[in-house]
Amino acid sequence: MTTTGAQEATKERGATARRRLGEGLPPWVERIAVPIVFFVFAALFPFLFSTGSSFIEDCTLALAYTVMALGLNIIVGMAGLLDLGYVAFFAIGAYTIGWLGSGFFSQVNNEEGWHIAVGGFAASLPGIHVNFLLVLVAAIIFTTIAGMLIGLPTLRLRGDYIAIVTLAFGEIIGRIAVNADELKLSSTPIIGGALENTFGADQRLTAGRQGITPVDKVDLPLVDPFTSLNLRQWYWLALALVALVLFVNFRLRDSRLGRAWIALREDEVAAVSMGVPAVKTKLLAYGTGAAFGGMSGAFLGSFNNTVNADQFQFYFSILILGMVILGGLGSIWGVVIGAIALTFINFWLLPDVLNDLPQKVGLDFDATQINFGIYGFLLVIMMIMRPQGLLPERRRKMELTEGAETSDETLYTARA
Amino acid sequence: MEAASVPATRTVPAGQRVRELVGRYGLIVLLLALPAIFAVHDIVVDGSLSRFGNNLVDGISNGSIWALVAIGYTLVYGIVELINFAHGEVFMIGSFTAAGFFGVLGLTEGTSLALLLLGILVTLIVAMLVSGMLNTMIERVGYRPLRSAPKLAPLITAVGFSFILQNVGLLWKGGSQEGIPDLINAQKELVTVGGVEITNGDLLAIVVTIPLLLVMTAFIGRSRLGKAMRATAQDPEAARLMGINVDTTISLTFLIGGMLAGAAGLIYALYQTTIWYFQGFTAGLVAFTAAVMGGIGNLQGAVLGGFIIGFIQQLSDNRIKPEWTPVLVFAYLILIMVFKPSGLLGEQTREAG
Repeated sequence: MTTTGAQEATKERGATARRRLGEGLPPWVERIAVPIVFFVFAALFPFLFSTGSSFIEDCTLALAYTVMALGLNIIVGMAGLLDLGYVAFFAIGAYTIGWLGSGFFSQVNNEEGWHIAVGGFAASLPGIHVNFLLVLVAAIIFTTIAGMLIGLPTLRLRGDYIAIVTLAFGEIIGRIAVNADELKLSSTPIIGGALENTFGADQRLTAGRQGITPVDKVDLPLVDPFTSLNLRQWYWLALALVALVLFVNFRLRDSRLGRAWIALREDEVAAVSMGVPAVKTKLLAYGTGAAFGGMSGAFLGSFNNTVNADQFQFYFSILILGMVILGGLGSIWGVVIGAIALTFINFWLLPDVLNDLPQKVGLDFDATQINFGIYGFLLVIMMIMRPQGLLPERRRKMELTEGAETSDETLYTARA
Repeated sequence: MEAASVPATRTVPAGQRVRELVGRYGLIVLLLALPAIFAVHDIVVDGSLSRFGNNLVDGISNGSIWALVAIGYTLVYGIVELINFAHGEVFMIGSFTAAGFFGVLGLTEGTSLALLLLGILVTLIVAMLVSGMLNTMIERVGYRPLRSAPKLAPLITAVGFSFILQNVGLLWKGGSQEGIPDLINAQKELVTVGGVEITNGDLLAIVVTIPLLLVMTAFIGRSRLGKAMRATAQDPEAARLMGINVDTTISLTFLIGGMLAGAAGLIYALYQTTIWYFQGFTAGLVAFTAAVMGGIGNLQGAVLGGFIIGFIQQLSDNRIKPEWTPVLVFAYLILIMVFKPSGLLGEQTREAG
């Protein structure tokens, strides 16, 4: 083959690739049209339902989980670091609001409580009460630090060893949440005396399986305090969080940092020799991904009105990872779709729709018994039918389709 | 030669030497610290090591269950690089099959010794076959269609199968722990050596595990099929080119892994005398940790990891608090990973190499 022939062949391939991509989402559709349609529809959608509708509750959960899935997508999808302990960040975010927005530390300030920028009912209660926006900031800071700390020991590890270390951290934090209701702050070594003076002699670290409850409702400036009766407010706040996180995600993906993540994912050795700082890049991936988890965790703590150690199980990490993989690793809109799909299967399709079905068709059979199995069955079916995810990332799609063609090039790159 | 090396060692700065020493011996010191503390405590307080010895024996019996399950993880990971999340549930189904088959055979505490041993042997074979075939079937339905898919896709089908099997277990035996007849009188002491009790359960665990491990090592190391397995683990493409049937080999790996899980299930049922549908989840997590601790892809590593974890669990259950045991086990795992990123007896996997 002559040089010109090879060049022409390359050009030809490029053109087919471009044509094929044209059938997918062109950049302006992905950037502008889809978000506008999505958000206008999503913002108006709750008016179709009553303010206390349980469907709106499910939708709010779906949005909160979307935030988490987008966070995990940065770690697993973009940077390629398999994280099986994402629940740790949910836990840390939730405990941030549990500690800083409830009556849990009831002895503080002679049982009068500390209040920072809170108004209304919470301002008169004992315990620590901090404004929700400040709690959100605190949750982001705490989880970012935790994310980087968890990231540190995994830096030397490869592949699935990362998975088990993150899993171990997730389990450790979940276990501490369950067991720490027997840990008295006053018996901490060295600073125990100071802690006893502040928090009282009998203050525990967590409330374990009983849960810290009630948790302060979200109270934002300029709007009425949130109540558990009007779920629309919660929904819109969650939607705003999703919008924020989506914006950050798109900006990050196309930034220098985002490209560094993808480069590390594709080939660490090549990326490092091109000057990508592996340690910094990986730690930033953990930190950013964790921050979103913490944000959503703080929101969920307030929304669920409890911070209960039973929520922080390994199963939760798998649920969020399932959303990312089902949606399409690394694909931002795909992950949104995956998160919404799995939340509705879990919280609406299985409990609300399916469980009534046998009775409606006149069968004497309790469908709640097989919820878990059906969920597993759906996971298997969905993965086998769309192994690349519901809406695969464009870059991966290109790799997958290119791999199918036989050319001299693929012979050399077959290993990747 | 020597003359050249002496000045070289002198010029090494102190900080670097400390770091080298920590790198070489730090892990060993850390691993031994906890047992050593308890051993010293026993000598000082009790004046004998019998409590420590009992922990060790119980740890080894428990650890042998984890080791058998961990081998399944390690074999499967070595050959298809998949964390088989359904493996813990295959172990659970093995336990349930064993418990059910005891009922079918009509074995009770009163059955004569010869009949009992025969019954247990038959049940062992049945449990191994059921678990092995189940594992092979899962591979056929859930993982094989995804062989050319992105690497994480089979992980989700594995989770899916794990949920399905848990549900099967839930429907089979209900949601609470179910006691089964204590056929071998597991807690009855058999012999006492220097204050260390060895019970019937310990004997069973060792008598079933050790021969299985030896047969397994011989099979993988010596037989043609074992060679095919190792070749496929190293490079599936090259193995295919050399005329190895890769699909059959992978099925065989799942069969063997499942059979070992079934054997572990039987030991668990007889040793703990309670079974429940969620036992596979915990066992899976612990065994997977054991496999990684020893170096995933490495058979001896999985066994070593299983014993270490069994021992740590016993120490923690017995002397700290059972609630904190998982925290301790996972903390150990993280420490080992920090010092030896590819596990204790780490093997170069395809990905790392």
